[in-house]
Amino acid sequence: MILMGNDIEYLVGGEVEKFSPLVPYSDLVCDFLSDLSSEIFKDERCKAFPDIISVAFFARQGNIRRLKKSFLDDKFRLGKGLAFHITPSNIPVQFIFSYFFGLLAGNANVVRVPSKNFPQINLLCDITNKILSRSAYRELYNMTAFVRYDRASDWTKFFSAKCQVRLIWGGDATIESIRKIPIPPRSTELVFADRYSLALFDEAALENLNERDIVKVAQNFYNDTYLADQNACSSPQLILWRKSATAKGRKIFWEAVEKLAGERYDFPPIKATGKYTDFCKNAIKFPKTGTLTKNNNVLYRADISELFEGLEDLRGKFGLFYEHDVDSLEELKDFVNEKYQTLTYFGFSPLELAEIVVNNRWRGIDRIIPVGKALDVGVIWDGYDLIGQMSRIVYHE
Amino acid sequence: MLENHQEYLKTSPYSLNKEEKRRQFTKYMNELTKYHFEHCAEYSLMLKSLNFSADKSYGLEELPFLPVGLFKEFEMISVPKEKIVKTMASSGTSGQPVSKVLLDSATARAQSRCLYYIVNSFIGNKRCPMLIIDTELVKKDPRLFSARGAGIIGFSMFGRDVFFALDQDMNLRVEELKRWIDSHKGNKIVMFGYTYIVWQFFRRVLNELKIFLDIKDGELFHIGGWKKLQVKNVDAKKFRHALKEVCGNIHVRDYYGMVEQLGSVFVECEHGHKHCSIFSDIITRRAKDFSPCDFGERGIIELMSVLPSAYPGHIILTEDEGIILGEDDCPCGRKGKYFEILGRLKSAEVRGCSDTYGQ
Repeated sequence: MILMGNDIEYLVGGEVEKFSPLVPYSDLVCDFLSDLSSEIFKDERCKAFPDIISVAFFARQGNIRRLKKSFLDDKFRLGKGLAFHITPSNIPVQFIFSYFFGLLAGNANVVRVPSKNFPQINLLCDITNKILSRSAYRELYNMTAFVRYDRASDWTKFFSAKCQVRLIWGGDATIESIRKIPIPPRSTELVFADRYSLALFDEAALENLNERDIVKVAQNFYNDTYLADQNACSSPQLILWRKSATAKGRKIFWEAVEKLAGERYDFPPIKATGKYTDFCKNAIKFPKTGTLTKNNNVLYRADISELFEGLEDLRGKFGLFYEHDVDSLEELKDFVNEKYQTLTYFGFSPLELAEIVVNNRWRGIDRIIPVGKALDVGVIWDGYDLIGQMSRIVYHE
Repeated sequence: MLENHQEYLKTSPYSLNKEEKRRQFTKYMNELTKYHFEHCAEYSLMLKSLNFSADKSYGLEELPFLPVGLFKEFEMISVPKEKIVKTMASSGTSGQPVSKVLLDSATARAQSRCLYYIVNSFIGNKRCPMLIIDTELVKKDPRLFSARGAGIIGFSMFGRDVFFALDQDMNLRVEELKRWIDSHKGNKIVMFGYTYIVWQFFRRVLNELKIFLDIKDGELFHIGGWKKLQVKNVDAKKFRHALKEVCGNIHVRDYYGMVEQLGSVFVECEHGHKHCSIFSDIITRRAKDFSPCDFGERGIIELMSVLPSAYPGHIILTEDEGIILGEDDCPCGRKGKYFEILGRLKSAEVRGCSDTYGQ
């Protein structure tokens, strides 16, 4: 279906009119997520999509209980009202996570889903419809709308005027254009801007691993990077190394990554020329980048001789990494700014890293996670407590 | 730089066998690479990052290639700024960044001379009446002074009594055209235009009006992408046939060239093969490691030209795909590599979060 002018398509739910907000992590919502999760695990069609399976893992009962436990305190809260979500069109399952967060906070939700026909979207909508049609979830049905409409239409304006929270899942240009459309005075906005992410690896720790565990680390790194073309905000661009005496760690690591990517990564010619073009552009714009190390086109890497201001503009896609040796994360102190988002680590204690960020009072880095988790979305994201931000406090002692 | 190549540039365009061509061409490519390395700041940074060494002599396949996308981002020159006499821009779709190529008079002159040699080898030395299938406006309107305008100006220099077949609103000047053709009965007519324009504003109209131009001896050179024609299910064969149907006895020759390497174009022979002249060469490369493909194997096209001396465009990696069919052994008798173009690289579904609200 091609949407023209002011057409709107409701994939799930319908017009959201009368509703009352729920308390965060209400039993109704937790049960709904649990049922949805079981249904996905049961559905044969979902097996082919690891990203849909990750949705089911997030929504399963145990995980939601755990999140609920760490959220609840003695405050009385309710959802803010209507949450309007503008989700990114090139991550097929992002829209449903955004919906979950809105629901968990206690809100009714209008979710603009990507217009691209990803099979994941159809499947997830199908299953959501099925569960929502149960009489137990009548109320949630009335609080849900998954919509598709043309960007040039007036619908963004329409929903913006009605919402209490607006979520814009990024990029800077999208945020800029949607911010021109007003929301009511008391409404708030959560925006996910373009960010810069990096990894910190300890060579000695890698050297202590057996071959199987090296492959595991490489696999985790592959998931953080290649899996989303290294194009997600949380995919590392820069790899910082704490050097070992032998400097063997990075060698075995990159060999494992290259082998894995060579086997698994979908690498059409346009990615080869795109990566090469990016590398050459960067070499011209950032003279401190060193020479290219590569065995083939799947993995490109280059050393940065010294860190510099504006490092966050040095980016690669499709497996182009920049590297630099450090003794401690602290060496970043002159460069970290609010663009820095995720720090992926291996061989470090996260507490120690968090301490460095806080003690140095840095303006950036708001996610410190082990290698392999860079793309996992959660209720704490981009430095926001999403459930807290989308609910209001009615009473506290 | 070009002064050193004067003798070579006078060589007949399809006359060198592969050993001789490789010997000479490798030498020029090494010289040009070194020259631009020393004279163009951006190029120098790029080459350093690729481990280039100015002391080393490289084989043709080992020389570094500049990705064509860089022309959209940087204005690269290897001559003092005051020597630049014109800027060529690719005809990009609106809103998209365009390639910008800056020329000095030596490069511009060499480009038209080479084009002249190449075209003459197909049409003979005599200046022929020339039919340009476009509007004269492209010559005059600076907004249209893109590769399209430059191509037409460059080409129209080979002809006499140049006639523009379309008016400023892109309507076919039917009556004037018929009179012009009548007045040149008995002469070879050379025709030139952009593939899509030739199809849409010339062939289609003639066909609808059921006009047969009855040209007895003609050469039609056309250039430009096939994308819009593919949508209409028109391929090279159908195109050739349909144009002969409305024009008469003409050769239809598609030719391939890039704004980054104007002049050293690749013209199609009687057997439908695009040919490298001695001014240019082609390598196709594999995506997985950029190793050179075998003949007959599909790959990313790298193009080389001896002409760019004002800017480092002598070895570029395009975003087109093609197949090299052979070298020196085309039945048409021309020496040099010959190949087939398969069009633009297929775009990929890029994942990750970015600005995609539009879609």
